[in-house]
Amino acid sequence: MSSDALRAAPESAFRLGDVQPGFRGVITAVRRPSGSAPGATDPEELELRLLEFGFVEGAQVEVLHEGPVGGDPIAVRVDDMRVALRRSEAMNVILAAAST
Amino acid sequence: MNRSDIPTVALVGNPNCGKTALFNALTGSRQKVANYAGVTVEKKEGIAELPDGRRLRIVDLPGTYSLRARSPDEVVTRDAVLGRLAGEPAPDVILCVADATNLGLVLRLALELKTTGRPVVFVLNMIDIAERQGIEIDVDALCAGLGAPVTATVATRRRGLASLLEIAATQAEGASDLGPDLWHEPSASDVRNAHRAARDLMRSTVRPPSRPDTLTGRLDGMLLHPAAGVVTLLGLLFLMFQAVFAGAAPLQDLIEAGFAALGAAATAGLPAGWIQGLVVDGLIAGVGSVLVFLPQILILFVFILLLEDSGYMARAAFLMDRIMGGAGLHGRAFIPLLSSFACAVPGIMSTRVIDNQRDRLTTILTAPLMTCSARIPVYTLIIGALIPQRTVGGILSLQGLVMFSLYAAGILSALAVAFVIRKVLWRGGSEPFMMQLPDYKIPDPVNLLRNLGQKAWAFISRAGRIILPLMVLVWALSTWPSAPEGAEGPAIAYSAAGRLGHWLEPVFAPIGFTWEMVVALIPGMAAREVAVAALGTIYAVGGAEGDLAQVLSRQWPLASGLAFLAWYVFAPQCVATLAVVRRETGGWVWPGVMFAYMLVLAYLAAFIVYRVAAAFGLS
Ligand SMILES: Nc1nc2c(ncn2[C@@H]2O[C@H](COP(=O)(O)OP(=O)(O)O)[C@@H](O)[C@H]2O)c(=O)[nH]1
Ligand SMILES: [Mg+2]
Repeated sequence: MSSDALRAAPESAFRLGDVQPGFRGVITAVRRPSGSAPGATDPEELELRLLEFGFVEGAQVEVLHEGPVGGDPIAVRVDDMRVALRRSEAMNVILAAAST
Repeated sequence: MNRSDIPTVALVGNPNCGKTALFNALTGSRQKVANYAGVTVEKKEGIAELPDGRRLRIVDLPGTYSLRARSPDEVVTRDAVLGRLAGEPAPDVILCVADATNLGLVLRLALELKTTGRPVVFVLNMIDIAERQGIEIDVDALCAGLGAPVTATVATRRRGLASLLEIAATQAEGASDLGPDLWHEPSASDVRNAHRAARDLMRSTVRPPSRPDTLTGRLDGMLLHPAAGVVTLLGLLFLMFQAVFAGAAPLQDLIEAGFAALGAAATAGLPAGWIQGLVVDGLIAGVGSVLVFLPQILILFVFILLLEDSGYMARAAFLMDRIMGGAGLHGRAFIPLLSSFACAVPGIMSTRVIDNQRDRLTTILTAPLMTCSARIPVYTLIIGALIPQRTVGGILSLQGLVMFSLYAAGILSALAVAFVIRKVLWRGGSEPFMMQLPDYKIPDPVNLLRNLGQKAWAFISRAGRIILPLMVLVWALSTWPSAPEGAEGPAIAYSAAGRLGHWLEPVFAPIGFTWEMVVALIPGMAAREVAVAALGTIYAVGGAEGDLAQVLSRQWPLASGLAFLAWYVFAPQCVATLAVVRRETGGWVWPGVMFAYMLVLAYLAAFIVYRVAAAFGLS
């Protein structure tokens, strides 16, 4: 079943901005976004904010809900905390699917 | 070092961990609210007293995840902790307040706070909830791991306060041998390392809950559901508007009757003359016309405080983020804009929840376009006078339709203005929307009443400090100079306000306003609904027959009336709104911008409406 499929491809990486509610995984990397629109949040600033909200390598993540319009933003459980963020920002959080 | 003998203790922690509750519990009623010039967020101070008479100065600061300040309120926290505020040394002790059920992020903050070299006390607040969930915390190990004393409290039940104060006072006494201040802006790798250290500490000292909170998950299943969640939000809003407009009516009638009786008593008790005029028309009627909105504002605040305390507000922002985002507004702008339907003043005050300065300013600038309750008397009078009581399509009342379109015009223009501001003035990507969704809690009634009392008092004292003197001024300007003997026309035409109206008439002629309308606009700036009272005075003194609506329907061309309504969709700001914008933005620049853009829009809208209506032969 799906858990077998995940076990078969343990190193497949997901971006938090792409996955659907119900997805569980572990953060493998928090990237500093490359080139960004002028005036947008500074890439390092965004990385720091993600880190300060607990999006840090090794944290357990579960996608709980998504917003009513375009499935955006998403509500995520990070370790023992619930956080809401937009998918565009969540693209910088890389996950490995939980192996169970 | 130049500091008073009372040691300072600063409360620092993540948002929603109970800092303010702890502050209120520690200081009782002895508190003072300071508002820093140029900074928009209040820093509260109060005195706590120990049983042995020692005293501590407690400072409540805005919540933060890091000393690396990102928003103006976090700058306050950083500068207060690092002693960078002018004339204020760094605190003698830092209380790092933690939500004991949620230690992950605050442990990292505690490690960061330690680098300032100040003594840190780690406070496990909300320990009652942690105990209920069966979370076990090894306090001694945590104490050793952090290198800081650890103590548990329940701020709302006043548990653990005595020992907290004792520890803080002891730490303050030893504060002379401070470590060096090693704090610097942490880099990404610093944050990662600190997280790793915090997580190791957490693993070795905290046993996860044996009875975790499942209520929040179950409630979110419905309240964040794409369909059911939106329906619930709309239902709550509907309930709120019903309560604000219908529920407040009996109380408002009571206040109105009270002021009418007061006015009658003053009329009877004072000799006729200008003193009577000042007291009855200026003071009692003026202040009464404002205080009558107190019930609406309190009901609105009950809803908002309940939604905030329960943890629902963050969910509303989550549901609305994309919808608001289409116009360039932040998800969190939803609540301030909602409050502005009652009055823009509390709406603008509640923009403090928005982190980013530009998002916040955009919201402040658009909030007064929401149809506030003070416009209702103006709309009702003019619609009743000029719009025929007809039905459209067999069911809809034409008058109701006009009222609805005025509300819609306000909302649409707010979205359009926000869009222009964000797309033209402040280009570029919007701020990240990242927000903790706190666990749901049953609101604490004592906390609710305390907050409500503060809001009520703020509103009443504002009426006393700002509206009262203004009403005296308005009354004086429309009374003096009095008409010369045997003068023709209403006496008000000779008063300063009347002369001003005549003088300004050419400016307003292109949009179809008569001098009477112009005169009404002026006191209407003190509070919009006063325009109605002013029209009443002008036509009554002028000796017109019948009630005001009849007079208007006889004397006003329809095109002018419609232009007047269009003007009031934008209606350059009442003084109270401008004053609160000045307070919240720390200067006269933004109130000036707001006044100017709304004046231009009001004039343009009235011009277009007047010309179009005139072209259709409605003048
Ligand atoms: N059960 C419980 N609730 C608390 C405690 N301390 C604060 N609260 C509640 O937690 C919520 C947030 O508190 P507040 O003081 O506004 O947090 P702040 O953002 O850190 O200032 C409020 O609804 C408080 O009533 C506590 O020790 N126990
Ligand atoms: Mg607070």
